[in-house]
Amino acid sequence: MKAKHQRLVLIVIALVALIGASLLAVYALRNQASFFYVPKQMVESPPDVGQAVRLGGMVQAGTLKTLPDGVTVEFIVGDGEQTVPVRFAGILPDLFVEGSGVVAEGRLSADGTFVADNLLAKHDENYVPRELEEMTEHQRKQVVAETIEGTAAKAPGAP
Amino acid sequence: MIAEIGLAALWLAAALAVLQLVGGVLAVRGQGELASVVRTSAIAQGVLAGLSFVALLWLFIATDLSVKLVAANSHSAKPLIFKLSGAWGNHEGSMLLWVTVMALAGGLIALVERRLAEKTLLATLAAQGFVAIGFYAFILMSSNPFERLPIPAVEGNGLNPLLQDIGLAFHPPTLYFGYVGLSVAFSFAVGALVTKSVTPDFARAMRPWVLGAWVFLTLGITAGSYWAYYELGWGGWWFWDPVENASLMPWLAATALLHSVSVLAARDALRTWTIMLGVIAFSMSMLGTFLVRSGILTSVHAFAVDPERGSFILVLLSLYIGGALALFALRANSISEGERFKLTSREGALVFNNVMLSAILGIVLLGTLYPLATEAFDVRVSVGPPYFNPVGAIFTLPMLLVMAVGPLLRWRQDNLTRIRLPLVGVAVVMLATLAVVVLLGAYSLLADLGLAIAAGLAIAAFLPLRGRNLLRVPLATWGMVVAHFGIAVALFGMASESAFSEEKLAAVSIGDTTQVGPWDVKLEGVVPVAGPNWTAIEGHVIARYDGGKEVVLDPQSRNFWAPPQETNESQLATRWNGQLYAVIGNQAEDGRWQLRLWWKPFVTFIWYGGMLVALGGLLSLIGRLATDLKRRRALRRRELRSGEAVA
Repeated sequence: MKAKHQRLVLIVIALVALIGASLLAVYALRNQASFFYVPKQMVESPPDVGQAVRLGGMVQAGTLKTLPDGVTVEFIVGDGEQTVPVRFAGILPDLFVEGSGVVAEGRLSADGTFVADNLLAKHDENYVPRELEEMTEHQRKQVVAETIEGTAAKAPGAP
Repeated sequence: MIAEIGLAALWLAAALAVLQLVGGVLAVRGQGELASVVRTSAIAQGVLAGLSFVALLWLFIATDLSVKLVAANSHSAKPLIFKLSGAWGNHEGSMLLWVTVMALAGGLIALVERRLAEKTLLATLAAQGFVAIGFYAFILMSSNPFERLPIPAVEGNGLNPLLQDIGLAFHPPTLYFGYVGLSVAFSFAVGALVTKSVTPDFARAMRPWVLGAWVFLTLGITAGSYWAYYELGWGGWWFWDPVENASLMPWLAATALLHSVSVLAARDALRTWTIMLGVIAFSMSMLGTFLVRSGILTSVHAFAVDPERGSFILVLLSLYIGGALALFALRANSISEGERFKLTSREGALVFNNVMLSAILGIVLLGTLYPLATEAFDVRVSVGPPYFNPVGAIFTLPMLLVMAVGPLLRWRQDNLTRIRLPLVGVAVVMLATLAVVVLLGAYSLLADLGLAIAAGLAIAAFLPLRGRNLLRVPLATWGMVVAHFGIAVALFGMASESAFSEEKLAAVSIGDTTQVGPWDVKLEGVVPVAGPNWTAIEGHVIARYDGGKEVVLDPQSRNFWAPPQETNESQLATRWNGQLYAVIGNQAEDGRWQLRLWWKPFVTFIWYGGMLVALGGLLSLIGRLATDLKRRRALRRRELRSGEAVA
């Protein structure tokens, strides 16, 4: 093979690999990316049962309860308009409290309960999951109020 | 006073960066007498930036609460080491650290680099000055770490408790050293583009910086992964989180660059490709910084986010990268083609793996940015392991196979029949391992293939040493062997963790025993404990491996009070063959305690492997530097001798 051909072959291999990679990536992204729902969307146009999605909303006060096995918890997530019951087996994340925002990763089960594999709660008192920023004005105020309370309480020296 | 000194030093350093850029450009255009000005300002800039950072450290050690940054991030009750790490554990401080390391690197180049053509060196320093100016502007205009409060605070705010961890004290600086090393490689690439001289000498001058950056990135990623593993308490070691991807992407690019710069140094081939990778590697560092700092993506690691600063970094990013790519487009044609090689050759294997690495980089980049793209259409998605794992593996596995073979090939031209014996040996080991794993009960396709390839690769890594006198093998070759072996070790750990892990989630009463894998775990008691700035409940857990010796674990659920936050402190029992991982949760209403346990066979190999990879890089770096020194001494001796002859 001539040197020029050699170079051409290399370039073709590189192009095939890169185009292949991008096609594959786009295909996989369409199928594997998990969509984000707020309770309203989940009730009105629910995802397929068993499809991996994420649900974000506020943990409704007074709904958190532990099942008899001691490790499974149930609570209700709402967005001010609709609510979705959530079940989660595991240790609740740091700073998971009723009335605060949460993003649950998991899937909808046939009985309409959202079974979470993982819960993402606020990381610190200033953190609101980005997805929750789109919630209704009222709830956002609620979160902000909490945040301000927290900040004011811990910075006595601030002017 | 200290704060003002720090700020003044920073302004001066910024002014010198401007001088370095202007002087460098003029010097390259023919004003040769400016060369010494450029060198001197690079060195002085390093000293001043260093001084400024020392001033910041000083403020944090003294907990000077009249400085806004200290008041916001430190606390007088914090242990000294965390006061220090608080200096760079925030946005302003970390940016100052970045620019300091960059200035020190520039100074070092000006001080020691003698091999590069004078013009290329000056162009490199000018590029370095150009990059630095952006960061100085960023710090001085939007994130001044030395800003004073109108009224000094009474007490500091404390540092995020998740960050009060010894591993994390050193994790961000390690990554930053890596990023900055890549910025030096970028400057070299720009310098070479300006003077159109891409030579093996240029590659040898650039290589130590790439190697150093790569070692730091490897260490940083390894440490970060272990930190996320034990600190987040989720039992996972890699989450494909945007912040993790942000550190992985520069590593992938740096790995490709490292190998192509070696081809350039040894064989004078892959000239334009190396330059291109130099630009891409730094782009990925900048993009990583942008993603982490802007908070544009949801991340479990996003601690210090600020959209406004994000846009500043985005502007810098497009300025540097756009400029460099434009320069590349203009000049790439004028860089003459390098040496040629056959497909079946070491160069061929390296090129193949470079392509694979680029493909993986593209996949990670797409997956990381995809949520941003869909958000523009008001669709919110997240991309996780179901995308990254299989799609990444399609390119990673063939790459690892070629990696086993590549080092056995000769430069320029070779044929596979020459090395058929070792090839067959490695293939047999892989197939045998695969057969054993499948017979044991197939776990998952990826994990099985991973185990098989790890076994073959572990042996293949040492094959380049066969038939050689081990004492005379150059250090750089040892470095390659160790690093490739480290990849095999890490791969084994990953595959084993995914194939054999066992998880147990239970509510147990005090005195109860539960099982996970070969472990019997007994909850002996739960007690309240207190630390310097937290209180906690602590589980007293006694674990026995296979009926053997008792191991005590004390997982905690901690409540920090400055700032108020709750964290789960996991506890690990490490054996040679794996780790038991314990987390304690809340108390159920009936008095039982939640206990989450994992048995993860050989999980530690992931990080041992990572450390081996870094060690390989370090050996190689030392080997290269030693060779350089020797050559330089020989040169000087020859010069001296010829000088005497003339006299």
